[in-house]
Amino acid sequence: MDKKIRVLLAKPGLDGHDRGIKVIAAAFRDAGFEVIYTGLRQTPQMIVQAAIEEDVDAIGVSILSGAHMTLFPAILDEMKAKNAGDIILFGGGIIPDDDKEELEKLGVAKVFTPGAPTEQAIEFLKKTIADKKSDEKIM
Amino acid sequence: MTVLERFYEGDIRALSRIISHIENGREGYRDVLSRLYDRVGSSLRLGITGPPGAGKSTLVNCLAHRLLKQGHKVGVVAVDPTSPFTGGALLGDRVRMSDFPTDGSFYFRSMATRGASGGLANATDNVTIAYDAFGFDVTLLETVGVGQVELDIVDSCDTVAVVVVPESGDSVQTMKAGLMEIADIFCVNKSDRPGAERIISELRQMLKMRKPPEDKWSIPVVRTVATSTDGVEELEEAINKHRAHMGESGFFEKRRRYQIRKKILTVLRNRFQNEFVDRLREQGDLDQAVDEILAKKTNPFEVGDNLYRRFSA
Repeated sequence: MDKKIRVLLAKPGLDGHDRGIKVIAAAFRDAGFEVIYTGLRQTPQMIVQAAIEEDVDAIGVSILSGAHMTLFPAILDEMKAKNAGDIILFGGGIIPDDDKEELEKLGVAKVFTPGAPTEQAIEFLKKTIADKKSDEKIM
Repeated sequence: MTVLERFYEGDIRALSRIISHIENGREGYRDVLSRLYDRVGSSLRLGITGPPGAGKSTLVNCLAHRLLKQGHKVGVVAVDPTSPFTGGALLGDRVRMSDFPTDGSFYFRSMATRGASGGLANATDNVTIAYDAFGFDVTLLETVGVGQVELDIVDSCDTVAVVVVPESGDSVQTMKAGLMEIADIFCVNKSDRPGAERIISELRQMLKMRKPPEDKWSIPVVRTVATSTDGVEELEEAINKHRAHMGESGFFEKRRRYQIRKKILTVLRNRFQNEFVDRLREQGDLDQAVDEILAKKTNPFEVGDNLYRRFSA
């Protein structure tokens, strides 16, 4: 059986603008991904816990509130604390170029800004996930 | 350390990896399940099924909170449909889950049907084995939104609650075969809406007219408004009563025996499917046969017989 790409999509923090993330969710679904949509107002703890339970390849978050320099690092920290650093974290939102660069340095795999076509995110995930290697032994 | 060893130590991440391994049918997954099955105890499996938008996830949310408060360890599997066109899925049942502990007493997994049409994914029953082996003592299973004939849930649960809403139809709908026959409990959700009394009385009448079930269980009709948790306590009481009744009447064991019998046949059927039918399809052996059938040299029945003979030899 083909390995399905599983992606968790979440909106951290307090902003309630979920049109963008729903567009992404539909595009990923149509690209053949299994999209776990968790909804609004998720804390970094909730997001990482859900990502672990759902065993996703990637976490995508949408931040339109301006709090990206707080929320992305908080999610990365939580991932490290829960031994889930191997999951790809990516995101999108209204994020200035300088911040985008800084976030990608910190460990966010990719930040998409307004105007990026959904295909770009799909291709990015397909490629990044295909390149991931695991040497874990089940039994 | 292998993933299975970490699983035995209670590592949540390992549980998740094992579930993916089983779900993806990866090499050796049957061996993993064999090992897990040795640790299966007496986790109770409660199924929630019903049409799309009836409030299944919201009810699961309410029930899980109640069970956690009583000290249970609760695992949830919620199934949503896979697109037959793209293979993708939008798994949205987590949206209804709120404020759950992250201390390992609660675990929630979304599954896509991946081509299965019985309301669950093919691997869902196997995932409940992993839950049980991991130490969850209650498993809540939520099906996709169902119509009338997606009844796989019966083979994976000890108690099945069928959720309907006031708009679910008239008395003839309640008399139809299928979904209406698998309920151990009927739950009329959104019962603050007009029409609730009507559907409740129609369900009760239908139950009276019907041949009583073999286990002599009197199927209750519970009314709930899940969004405000109204009636959820009554639903839980009904579930507990059903369990007690099944235990006392000996039907709990009877049901499990029936399920295990069916499980053996499913394992066999899957193997046959994977190792014979799928292989045949992939290898393209069939193209030549199709040519011959089109040329009127043979027919599908003869070809089927010949392939069967080759396989069973």
